[in-house]
Formats: sequence, C-alpha cells, structure tokens
Amino acid sequence: MELNSHIPEGKLEEKWSSHKAGLKLVNPANKRKFEIIVIGTGLAGASAAASLGELGYQVKSFCFQDSPRRAHSIAAQGGINAAKNYRNDGDSVYRLFYDTIKGGDFRAREANVYRLAELSVAIIDQAVAQGVPFAREYSGLLDNRSFGGTQVSRTFYARGQTGQQLLLGAISSMCRQITLGNVQVFPFHEMLDIVLIDGRAKGIVARNLITGEIKSYAAHAVILASGGYGNIFYLSTNAKGSNATAIWRAYKKGAFFANPCFTQIHPTCIPVSSHNQSKLTLMSEGLRNDGRVWIPKNKNDNRSPEQIPETDRDYFLENRYPAFGNLVPRDVASRAIKQVCDEGRGVRGKMAVYLDLSDAINRLGKEVISERYGNLFEMYERITGESPYRTPMRIYPAIHYCMGGLWVDYNLMTTIPGLFALGECNFSDHGANRLGASALMQGLADGYFIIPYTISNYLAELGTEKKNVYHPNFREAENKVKEQVRKFLSTKGNRTVDDFHKELGKVLWDGVGMSRSEQSLKDAIDKIKGLREEFLKNVKVNGIDESLNQSLEKAGRVSDFLELAELLAMDALARDESCGCHFRIEHQTEEHEPKRNDEKFSHVAVWEYQGSDNPPKMHKEVLKFERIHLAARSYK
Amino acid sequence: MKFSLKIWRQKNAQDKGSFVNYEVFGISEEMSFLEMLDVLNEDLTLKGEDPVAFAHDCREGICGTCGLFINGRAHGPLRETTTCQLFMRHFKDGEALTIEPWRAKAFPVIKDLVVDRSAFDRILQAGGFVSVNVGSAPEANSILIPKKDADHAFDAATCIGCGACVATCKNASAVLFVSAKVSHLALMPQGKPERQVRVLNMVKAMDNEGFGNCTNTGACEIECPKGITLASIARLRREYCKAKLKP
Amino acid sequence: MRKIVIELSSVGKKFIMGFTGLFLCLFLVVHLGGNFLLLRHDNGAAFNAYSHFMETSWIIRIIEFVLLGVFVIHIVMAFILAKENRSARPIPYAVNKASENSSWFSRYMEITGGIIFIFLCVHLYNFLISQRFFHDYPSMYAAVKTIFHNPWYCAFYVICLVWVGLHLIHGFQSSFQSFGFRHPVFFPWIQRAGLLFVILIFSGFIFIPIYLYFAKSSTAVETSYFGQVSRIRDSHLKMVHKNVKIFSGSKGKS
Repeated sequence: MELNSHIPEGKLEEKWSSHKAGLKLVNPANKRKFEIIVIGTGLAGASAAASLGELGYQVKSFCFQDSPRRAHSIAAQGGINAAKNYRNDGDSVYRLFYDTIKGGDFRAREANVYRLAELSVAIIDQAVAQGVPFAREYSGLLDNRSFGGTQVSRTFYARGQTGQQLLLGAISSMCRQITLGNVQVFPFHEMLDIVLIDGRAKGIVARNLITGEIKSYAAHAVILASGGYGNIFYLSTNAKGSNATAIWRAYKKGAFFANPCFTQIHPTCIPVSSHNQSKLTLMSEGLRNDGRVWIPKNKNDNRSPEQIPETDRDYFLENRYPAFGNLVPRDVASRAIKQVCDEGRGVRGKMAVYLDLSDAINRLGKEVISERYGNLFEMYERITGESPYRTPMRIYPAIHYCMGGLWVDYNLMTTIPGLFALGECNFSDHGANRLGASALMQGLADGYFIIPYTISNYLAELGTEKKNVYHPNFREAENKVKEQVRKFLSTKGNRTVDDFHKELGKVLWDGVGMSRSEQSLKDAIDKIKGLREEFLKNVKVNGIDESLNQSLEKAGRVSDFLELAELLAMDALARDESCGCHFRIEHQTEEHEPKRNDEKFSHVAVWEYQGSDNPPKMHKEVLKFERIHLAARSYK
Repeated sequence: MKFSLKIWRQKNAQDKGSFVNYEVFGISEEMSFLEMLDVLNEDLTLKGEDPVAFAHDCREGICGTCGLFINGRAHGPLRETTTCQLFMRHFKDGEALTIEPWRAKAFPVIKDLVVDRSAFDRILQAGGFVSVNVGSAPEANSILIPKKDADHAFDAATCIGCGACVATCKNASAVLFVSAKVSHLALMPQGKPERQVRVLNMVKAMDNEGFGNCTNTGACEIECPKGITLASIARLRREYCKAKLKP
Repeated sequence: MRKIVIELSSVGKKFIMGFTGLFLCLFLVVHLGGNFLLLRHDNGAAFNAYSHFMETSWIIRIIEFVLLGVFVIHIVMAFILAKENRSARPIPYAVNKASENSSWFSRYMEITGGIIFIFLCVHLYNFLISQRFFHDYPSMYAAVKTIFHNPWYCAFYVICLVWVGLHLIHGFQSSFQSFGFRHPVFFPWIQRAGLLFVILIFSGFIFIPIYLYFAKSSTAVETSYFGQVSRIRDSHLKMVHKNVKIFSGSKGKS
C-alpha cells in the first residue's frame, strides 16, 4: 500500500485554505442521515462530537469513564498556545509554526504544523466564547505566560487548570448537542474492536463496563480520539485508565502506526517515592517560567536546600543553555536532569533535582506566586508533605505524552478509509518532541476546525448508503472480543495484571526510556516477548464478565500494551539516530546533545501490521521541508 | 503501617450489600489512600477473591472520578482534598478505617464503592453551556472581563463534579454542584444572554433526579475538594428568583 | 394545592420556608413587645388592655389568620421538605462524622421545629384557646401570673424557648441565604445580627416568666385590675392548673 499524505500543493500559507476550498460538502438535509462514532471525550473527542453535532450529523460518543467530562485532558495544567501576539513580542503564526517544527526536532510535517499554528488563533476565540475563564489582566484583557522552547509569551492559561477549563468548555458544547439530540453519549463503554466492511471503517464493537454486554454499533465513519499510550510505562502522568486499546486494535485491523518510539518525558514531575506508587504527578512546565532548576555543586552536600548559599549551587540549565535557560524544551531539560542524576549529583544522592521558586517569591511576593501556581503548590505539599513556599520542590522526569500514534494524512484519516484519528492518538504535529501547551492546541484544532471539513469530504464521496449492523463482520468481531474476555477469565494463573504491567513498565523505562541503545533495545524486545508469553499463560483475573470488573478491563489494556511495547522498541531500534525525545546514546555530540541524521532518517516511520506471526512492515513517509532549513537544534 | 479496613461490598445494583473486614499490612507513609487499596486488591486477587471495585482515574485530584466516604467524611478527613490526594501519612498506624460509597438515591451503587453519578451529567445537559457554534466566536479580546469577575467565575468553574457535596449533605442535595455551574456562566458576559433559561432548566433537572433539598447546613462547603462556597448557592438562588420574576 | 407544591422547585420551597420563617421572627418581636407589658408595675392594667385589644380588634383577627396561614405553610412545607430529604438518602452511612462539617442545630431543624410545634400547641391551649373558647379570663394578667407561678411550667417554658433559640440561630441567617442574600461584607453582619436577635428574643422571653415567678405573685392576683379574684380562684384557675398539669407532668397545687 502506498502512503499518500494528501498534502496540498501550493504555498505553505495557502495550503489549508486552498485545500478546504476543494473539499466536498454534505448538504444540510443529508447530514442527518450520517452517523459518526467518536471514541474518547477528551479535548479532541469532545470538540469533534460537539462541532459535528452542530453541523447536524448524528454522533455517538463513547468513553470508558463514568462521565465524558473526566477524560484525561482535564489534567492538563499549564496552558494553550496561540499565535495571537497580544504581547507585541514578535509572535506570529510563522513563529509558532517554526518553534513547533524546531521543538519537534524537524520530524513533523510542515503543512500540518503550519495549519495548527494558523488555527491556534481561532481556538482561543472559540474557548472564550464558550465561557472558559482564562486568566486576565486588570484591564479585562487576556493574560499570557511563557512556556518551554519559545522566546515569546503566547500561552493562555487558567491558573494551573487550563486543561480542565478547556475540556469543560468543549464538554459543555457537547452537552448542548446532547440536549438537541445530535449527540448521544455512551459512558462506561470501552471500544474493543473496529469493524471494517469492504475495507472501510463502518462501526465498532464495545463492551458495556457495567453489564459486560458486548455490542456492535454501526456508523458511516469512526473517529478515534482516545489519547496516548504513555501508560505503557506503568508509571506515567497519564490517568490510570488511559490506554492504547482503541488505536492498537485499529492498528491490527489495518491502520498504520507512526513513530511509536516518540514518547515524551516531562522534566518536572514529583519523584517516585514508594514501591507501590501507582502514578506520577506532573508539576506544570509553567513553573519553569519563574522557577530555577539547580543542584548543589558539591555531590555530597547534605545541607538542606535553604542553607546552601548561591555560590554552592549549580544552575545547570541556565549555565548550559544561556539563551533559553530554564525554558529549554522538555526533552532537553529531561536529559540534562537525568544526566546530572546519573552522575550521582542528584539531590541528596537521589534521583531528583531542585526546582526553586524562592527568587520569584522574593521578587513578586507570595501572593502573585500563589495566584499563578497556588493549586500546584498545594498538590505538591499534599503529596510530599513539603511546602514549596518554604523549600524548593524536588523534581524528576517522567513519561508524559506520546508524539507517536496512528498515521494520518492531511485530512486526519488513517490508512483505513473512514477511520480518523484526532489529538494525541495520531502522530501528526509534534515530530520527535512536543512543546509545552501544544497538546491542548492540537486536540482542539483537530476537533473544532479540521475534522468538520475533512469528514464531510469523505462522507460526500461515500454517499448515504445505509449502515448495517447485521453484517457478518460485526458478529465476527464480537465473537473475537468475547473469546478474549473468556480467555482472560479462564487463565487462572498466578500473577495479577498490575504485576505484569509494573514489570513491563520497568523493562521499557530501562531499555526504551530517556536514553536508548542498540543493546538496551534488543534486550527490551526479548524481555517483552517473554513477558507477553507469560501473560497469556499466567495472568490471574477474578470475578465475572457480567458486571463491573476492573481487573478484566485492565487485562485487555495491558495485553495490548504488551504488544505495542514490542513495536515501540522495534521502532526505536530502527531509528538509528537521536532526535528530540529519542536519544540513542550511539548518536550524540561531545556535549551530549542528540545528533540527528537527516540524510537517513528525515522520515516518518510507519508500521503496518502483518498478523501476529509476522513482524510488522515498515513504510517511510519522507518529510519534505519546503520552507525551513533543517538545522541543528540549539537552545544555547 | 497496618490498617483494619471495613469496606462496603455489594456485587451489583440489585444486591443488598454488606460490610466486610480486611487487614492490610506493609503500608508506607508515602502511599496514597488509593495505593493502599491497590495493595489490598493485589492481595485479594492472589487469594482468588474479587477485588474491591472503586472509582479512580487521574489520581491527581482533578478528574473527579474518585470519591469514598472514609470514616464518616467525604474524601476523608482533610480539607480541600480528593480521595486520591489523601496520603497514608494523614492516618495513624493501626487505625480502623470504614470505607463506604457515596450514599444518595440519585447515586445508586453500581458495585462495591462505585456509584452512578450520571445524574450530574443530565443536569449539565439541561443548560450548563453557552450556545455558541464553532466558527461564530468573536475575537477573544473583544470581550473584556474584569479580572475579579474572571477570577470568581474560575473559582466556581473549578468544580470537578465528584459528588462529595451530595455525599456529605444530610439531605443529599446537589445544589452546590449546580450552583457552581450556574455561577461560572452567570459571572461571565458570555453566559449572560442565557442565564435565565439556564438556571431554570438546571434547577428543574436537579429536582427531577431525586436529590434532597438544601437546608443551608454548610457541610458541602467544608467537604468540597475544590473549595466551592455557599456564595455560589446564594447566587443560584438570586439567579433563579430573577429568572422567575422576569416577565 | 397539591399541584402547586409539586410544581414548586427546591429553590422555591426554600424561599417559602425562609420567607415564612422570617415572618414568624417578626411575630416573635411583636409578641415579646406585648409580653413586656407584664413587667409594668400597674397590676396588669396595660397588659390586660393589650390583651383585650388583641381579643376584640378585627384587624388583629385578620392578622391572626394570616399568621395561622404562615404557620401552616411553614409547618406543612417543613414536612414536605423533611420527607423529600429523607427519601433522598435511603441507606444511611454506617459512620458519619457530620459534626466535623456542620453545626448540629443546622442539621436538626426538623427536631427543633417539632419541639417548637409541641410547645406551640401547649402554649396556644393555655392562653389563646383557653381564653377565647373556654374561659374568658377577666384578667389575662392574673391568668398568666398564675400559670407562671408553677415552677414546672416555668421550666417547661424556658426549655422550649431554648429550642426556639436553636431553631432561630440557624433559621434566621439561613433564610437570608435562601433568598440568595449573601455578600462577603454584609452576610457576616447578618449572621451576627441573627445571633443577637436570638439572644435578645430568648433572654426577653425567659426573663418575663422568671421575673414573674420570683416576684410576689399572690398580691398581684388579689389586686388585679377587675378585682374579680374569686371567680378566677373558683373555677378558671383550676382549669388552667389542670392544663399545666397535663403538659408539664407536675402535681401542681390547685
């Protein structure tokens, strides 16, 4: 199969508008006849369901949570980027585009990223109109803050809860469509398979998590907005329920998977403290606006941080990257932190460094800082028992986001016709590293402003044929799902699902984590294979299928993670260069910066499933840079 | 640390349910309350028993999924804290902990400690929105909002819909939740054109769900993990009266 | 009527509770004002004139009916609310530390209200109903003094007033909250005013019987305004005392 990204011809600035002009439309009377399934109710899913409902399509929206408003977009803290240039500091659509491409270490599509930057402006307008209470100046105008990887202030925020506010805005629009009868929600439903008829996505099979009922839902198109697979590492900043099942099962039905090895490590998370830790908590990148990262100069300095004088502190980010200082991109900061900790220079000999806001507190006063970060400080204190107002926070990097995901073309359609992927679950806009405050931007751009145009093009071509839930392909998929559920419940082994998941997480963190080598990757692949085999034979899932059974849900998700993990490691092995988050220790400069190989790896690695017995096949989508020069990424 | 747990077990909505006692050992201070329950569940699974079902997701206090009634308090003894942000250092070694689900007619138990809070969603659907279609929004900075109003609106908008207000209210009233939604939008100029129909519809939807009536005891305000105050309930009532009196 | 109640929203019901409650507070003020006449050293002249006026004025009659209506609405609504509230939580918590998040008098308004209702019945029977339908006391002043001469009744009266006070501590400020009147600056003052109101009403009402009890009572009765001591002694006082006995459970002398 040939990959065609359908990137329109013409000038970068005009691609989206000329593409839109050429897309087919569905007339308003016909829109009602089309049914669209949306999986996931985060920013991308909720905004897509809302905007498609507004257009008059019949939308069915599925989420595994008890309410759509709980999707994990809600936990995004820092903010959302938009090229509004309200600060008069030199921002523009082009600069946001350039920052994003450069931040992604030149591994993203120019056209997609430019479109994203263009649409960013409208997202803020839309969110404000919905009543999202963004932070404001005393004048009543919108306020901004800075984020990593940029030299302008273009991040809009609502204290440390921007994701929550944006999601509630999108959900409120969706609620309106529910009331109007255009959107129907299915909470407590998990998609377990996608159903293809004549090669097109025509519906899904989902399990009702409360009754255990496995049921088919037919539609004219299916949109996946199911988020990232960061939980594959067990310990991550994702919600416990976040999973890769929807995209993984789509992959196994023929959707290609792009750049699975691009997983982002966020530099500022609360360090692991206990053996039974179930998740990691992020401290927003926004803190790096006012916070300074440091370690004691002396390895064995056991004084408490407040007692260490300025002269004995090493502000290693500011020293290494004077131009961007503490605001270097996430991958750069994470690696620098890991490096000093690996050298044994971490705080109190442990895996942590200080993130210190005392300068800012002295400069701006406790009140201003509390207004900006109050909720984060409280969260930190609750978790660690230490107050950041008095003592610097301790932080360490953790898995946070996945740039990789299902391959999509310019229309956000996967390689399965009629199957679209939006938000974090696609690969499209962030290259090898995502800049802070860009995930919210991408999710909403996809849902509000892109999919309504591109899906109409698909549906118009499809024509209003009737959907058919009685097609044998639905029965086949249902049976497969039922068989898997039965298998989990009947294995009756000796190890719990979480136990397997924890081990998988450790294998991945050690072998495919922040730095990777050929050897570590090969080891990881072997271990993953062994673990997967053991899982099938030795997993223990109690309870019954006909009621809420959280272990059973987890078993399905972990079995998918165990398969995806191997692809992740294989992709990392195949990408024999360092770029962005993907750091192969074989490829680094003398200063330990990643060394790209543009000649051989300026492409998207796209994987095609070949059945469970064969290794997947890799395709390459070569990245063409028409506008910008590939350059070594420097933040010095 | 070790703890004696008394946990409500109920197979499904039809089951009568009862308390079951468990002991957990080897708990460290740094563990969260839910991690303590994870330990219990791992143990139960290995013993071949059905693990305790409890709702949780983000585990960072923002999604509003978790919610347990711990020793007679919604979300446990700490103020402005969700269950997932409760850490074992807040409890005494050897302490007996009674863990119950939210109790309300409008929140039927699904299993063990998991309850159905879809009533909240139906209330939101009744009017918790601004009727603006994608594409029709004006330039963001053309709507000026005094900082104070934006801050107050934000304070109300931080509601995570966990249901602690209902759980703790002696009458299982949902008015704090509804008032947070109504206040958020009533305070913003964007929400003003629909404020009357919104408050009427949302109150009607709330009453239809079988929640009790507010008797102003103020318990919800104390237990709300996001610090929503009774001032928003008062605002809801003002809004409601204005809407009713409007010809 | 049933339809109206069903159609009332939870907010509307609370509004009615608050409104009728505040109206009843106003009634208490007027009632207390009248009672203060008992303290005048005029052998009950003013008080008897006042009670005569209350008995005969048609304006008062109308107000009485309004008051009755308000009482009935307040009580019926309380019943409806309590029933709804109880059904909103069919299964109670095994452990509930409600005292950690709310005051007990705010949680037990039905109980305090119920006690007040019983008190109200006794109180009305002793005075208003006895006077108007059975006895036609020549001197209301004398009747009051006689009743309060019974220590058990006094104690009963004072204890009941404590419940009235507790009901009001929550009720007064709660009604403002129910109207949506909550202002960061003014509301604390309403709360303070509510507390002051309760203290004044409470101490006012209990001061009178205590004063009367300790004041030299027999002389007052004998030199009462109409001088018809014997009639009272002979028949009505017996009735009054009997009533007191019934409700205070005492063995008061007759």
